Amino acid sequence: MSVLDAQHIDKKFGEVNVLKDVSLSIEKGEVLVLLGPSGSGKSTLLRTLNGLETIDSGQILFNGNALTLTEKSWQKVRPEIGMVFQSYDLFPNLTVLDNILLGPLKVQKRERDEVKEVANSLLERIGLADKATSYPRELSGGQKQRVAIIRSLVMAPQVLLFDEVTASLDPEMVREVLMVIKDLASEGMTMLIVTHEMNFARQVADRIIFMDAGEIIIEAKAVSFFTSELHPRVTQFLSSLTY
Amino acid sequence: MVSSGLEILFDGTNIARILAGMLRVAEISICSLLIGFLFGIIFGILRTSESIIIKLIFKIYLEIFRIMPLLVLIFLFYYILPEIFQTTISNMSVSIVVFILWISSEVSDIVRSTLISVSKAQIDAGRALGLSKIQQYRYIYLPQGLKPVIPASLNLITRVIKTTSILLIIGVPEMVKVGQQIIEHYTIKVPTASFWVYGFIFILYFILCWPISRLAKTLERQVAK
Repeated sequence: MSVLDAQHIDKKFGEVNVLKDVSLSIEKGEVLVLLGPSGSGKSTLLRTLNGLETIDSGQILFNGNALTLTEKSWQKVRPEIGMVFQSYDLFPNLTVLDNILLGPLKVQKRERDEVKEVANSLLERIGLADKATSYPRELSGGQKQRVAIIRSLVMAPQVLLFDEVTASLDPEMVREVLMVIKDLASEGMTMLIVTHEMNFARQVADRIIFMDAGEIIIEAKAVSFFTSELHPRVTQFLSSLTY
Repeated sequence: MVSSGLEILFDGTNIARILAGMLRVAEISICSLLIGFLFGIIFGILRTSESIIIKLIFKIYLEIFRIMPLLVLIFLFYYILPEIFQTTISNMSVSIVVFILWISSEVSDIVRSTLISVSKAQIDAGRALGLSKIQQYRYIYLPQGLKPVIPASLNLITRVIKTTSILLIIGVPEMVKVGQQIIEHYTIKVPTASFWVYGFIFILYFILCWPISRLAKTLERQVAK
């Protein structure tokens, strides 16, 4: 069964058609990786899937139900659709723990003790239990991004969206973040990942979608994407990543 | 018989009168600051609105206070307000009204500029968690946006205290006005009267403003961190 289903999405920024009749669906437990050159519309597509970007036409279904695409109704669905950003975007005025607790306490209205326990065990798991009372500015980029993942995860979403989450990181910190995501994949977390890390995509993806200029060009099982005869646009893209 | 300038201060009720002037300065400042800040914060939030009408209204209001010297506005209100309301309005009330309007405009500027400096990414992060509009204000906009407001506001407070001195122009018995009256009384007999009286007032202003100014400096350094 598909968790998220986008059907015939069209979006324009002014004159530019950034998404042209794009359709995709994410199955439960699947890791779907979105590849493509910069400006191909991957991030925009991702952001339409939790309503951060509006769409001009098309339909978005969550667990098979068509969503009303207003800010008010998105607000109710968003806790079910976690999102991790390229620039981490932890709240600098809150401690690590309070960053993680904000959503569960204020949006989901859960019990503080219960959430705190979950939060602490998640922090433990990513090796940052000792940072609970630190402020984001005291953490490295990789640490911030891992906390940002926990901040989404603690709400127990049905699907997680990752928007180029390693793109702002120093190379030596990329690994620690990717390990966390890989861990989640092995647990059967449903994820949609926009990334430029080819090796990572190859390892973690069940399915790959390749976009260019606002269109989906290729949609394939990860195994066949990397082994079979490549589309010329993909070959060009992949060679642009190496020197 | 008073013979030296210093003695003037202790002659009759002079000290008490000057201190009463100081109290009036504090009274006008506190009153107009409290209300002015309240309006200023509300105006500042309103000014982040996209509505063209709201923007236009505030633009006119702010430009008036930016272009016109406060002195002129005080005169204007002093003569116009009683005409409009067909009643006498005390010079204290006029002062407070003008000060409130002035402070609100300044505060709204500070609040608006820091609110729009809260990045869109921060708001998106809040939205992605499912925070409502009000919660976004409560947990993201206001804590992040208002922190840099504090030192700027403290600086405004000292400016307000100092600016009360121009209210002598419409006869508000604040410190400088009282000082003038005292000096006029003695100046022929004691030519150094103005030095001592204004010197004393200088110290009183310093006592009022210096701690606030110091606090602003300290907080500025903390916010910069």
